[in-house]
Amino acid sequence: MSIVRSVGAEFQKVLTTRMWWLLAIVLVGYVAMMSGGFGAFLGWATQNPDAAAAAGGNTGLPPGVDLAPLLYSFASSIGYVFPVLLGALAVTTEFRHRTLTTTFLAEPHRTTVLSGKFASQLVVGAVFGVIGFATSVGAGAAALAAFDLDTGLDSSDTWALIGRGILAMALWGAIGVGLGALVPNQVAAIVIVIAFTQFFEPVLRLVSSLNDVTASIGRFLPGAASDALVGASFYSVASLGASDSLEWWQGGLVLLAIAVVTTVIGGATTWRRDVS
Amino acid sequence: MGDGTTIEITGLTKRFGAVTAVDDLTFTVEPGRVTGFLGPNGAGKTTTLRTLLGLERPTAGTATFGGTVYRDLTKPLETVGAALDAAFHPGRTARNHLRVTATAAGIRSSRVDQVLEQVGMSEFASRRVGGFSLGMRQRLALATTLLGDPRVLVLDEPINGLDPEGIKWIRGFLQSLAREGRTVLVSSHLLSEVQQSVDEVVIISRGRLVRTGPLSSLELDASPRTVVDSPDRARLAAALDQAGLEYTEGRGGLIVVEPDPGIVGHAAFVGGVELSSLHRLKSGLEESFLALVGEGEGEA
Repeated sequence: MSIVRSVGAEFQKVLTTRMWWLLAIVLVGYVAMMSGGFGAFLGWATQNPDAAAAAGGNTGLPPGVDLAPLLYSFASSIGYVFPVLLGALAVTTEFRHRTLTTTFLAEPHRTTVLSGKFASQLVVGAVFGVIGFATSVGAGAAALAAFDLDTGLDSSDTWALIGRGILAMALWGAIGVGLGALVPNQVAAIVIVIAFTQFFEPVLRLVSSLNDVTASIGRFLPGAASDALVGASFYSVASLGASDSLEWWQGGLVLLAIAVVTTVIGGATTWRRDVS
Repeated sequence: MGDGTTIEITGLTKRFGAVTAVDDLTFTVEPGRVTGFLGPNGAGKTTTLRTLLGLERPTAGTATFGGTVYRDLTKPLETVGAALDAAFHPGRTARNHLRVTATAAGIRSSRVDQVLEQVGMSEFASRRVGGFSLGMRQRLALATTLLGDPRVLVLDEPINGLDPEGIKWIRGFLQSLAREGRTVLVSSHLLSEVQQSVDEVVIISRGRLVRTGPLSSLELDASPRTVVDSPDRARLAAALDQAGLEYTEGRGGLIVVEPDPGIVGHAAFVGGVELSSLHRLKSGLEESFLALVGEGEGEA
């Protein structure tokens, strides 16, 4: 089966270069800092509300919010940029280093190659999800336990959240492939990923939450859909209005739709072009 | 599977906007011989090869392997081995590059070390390609073409970047592949680069076919000439004028349209000019090639 060979070759391509573990290390560092750091701060503020108030601090959390899911979901709510990057690089690297020639000589059916990238990056994204959630749960639970707070690790809800989070990370990997196929210029693709995930989307989500009409549109933003799928997010607490997010399965479908549509459009345009 | 070993280009045309890169090109490349695919830079060689390999779509015409287009070959790398631009991911080692390609093409991985050995790259197998010289990349590209033990080899400028030892090696290598009954097509913009290794030539210029046939047919074309030089070139030129001999000035002296060095020497003697060299031009092949492709002639 040529698709099986193609998936295998795409895995080898990821594993034989350094980018995957470089990004994995950054993911671990970033997520550990956020979930461990916030966990420690919020844990302290919860245990010492008077001291926190005296220091002018405010946990900013509405009463009754569970800390554990909030901390654990950092793996996907801030970590999703990494599978997107890796997925986009899987496509754009071939253009940048002009390796598409060799790739298409070995497998002249371009749809098979792109499908191989899509499938393999789903798995790579899921692996990043496992790494990210292991980090966020490890660091977050350690911080909560240090302040005698409930880690939620004995609750099936927590593990369901982790499972949905890994699914979200997998879908983000596939979205990266679609983005790379749409924007084969590597620098442009990286700039788009960073600018959109770190700036435009957070701003859009915040602004759209101010008004009911825009809020109903804003929940279809990819990051919002992702948080809906996972079921908890720092953003949903931080945003002003308690806007209704999508159902978790709706969020998942939105991500899947973005991944499929971008990949299909990219596959029918840039991916079809002459390779020179 | 009936996948042919003959390369058949029929009425091939490729336009990029207003530019016609390949213009109604027709030729055949037979197995058992090394065929040189020649033409100056920009003549359309690479476009022809990329179209043949399914990387570019022809505007008109067909380019097939015995009637089968590349993407319809059942096992492409086991039919055709092609090296186009020796481009690799710089962070991947030579062996891993070959492993990835072998996996994609369904070729058993034991071939990887075999082909590295075949091109003399075994000791660099675990090194990242980013540190390779152009010559080493060319060898790795050649190793890639051999992975599937193909019956057809298509190599675009394979000699570019090789050191003299490498050039000698690849000449013998291509010949031995052809002797095994394989079809070998090698492109070059310099005839002199491949004239010692090719049996047949296909010459194109500005996207059009100008000559196809055995290399020897080109030799017949080359009118023999004599190269003569003197410490005082101006006086030598005057003496040749005197004798009514036609010549052009090259780097190694004056190139006289006259096969017999004796006649040229006599002209110099009559003019009382001291000579520093006088010999027949060994090969007029490059010149007749250049004349064919319209790049002027007479430069030695």
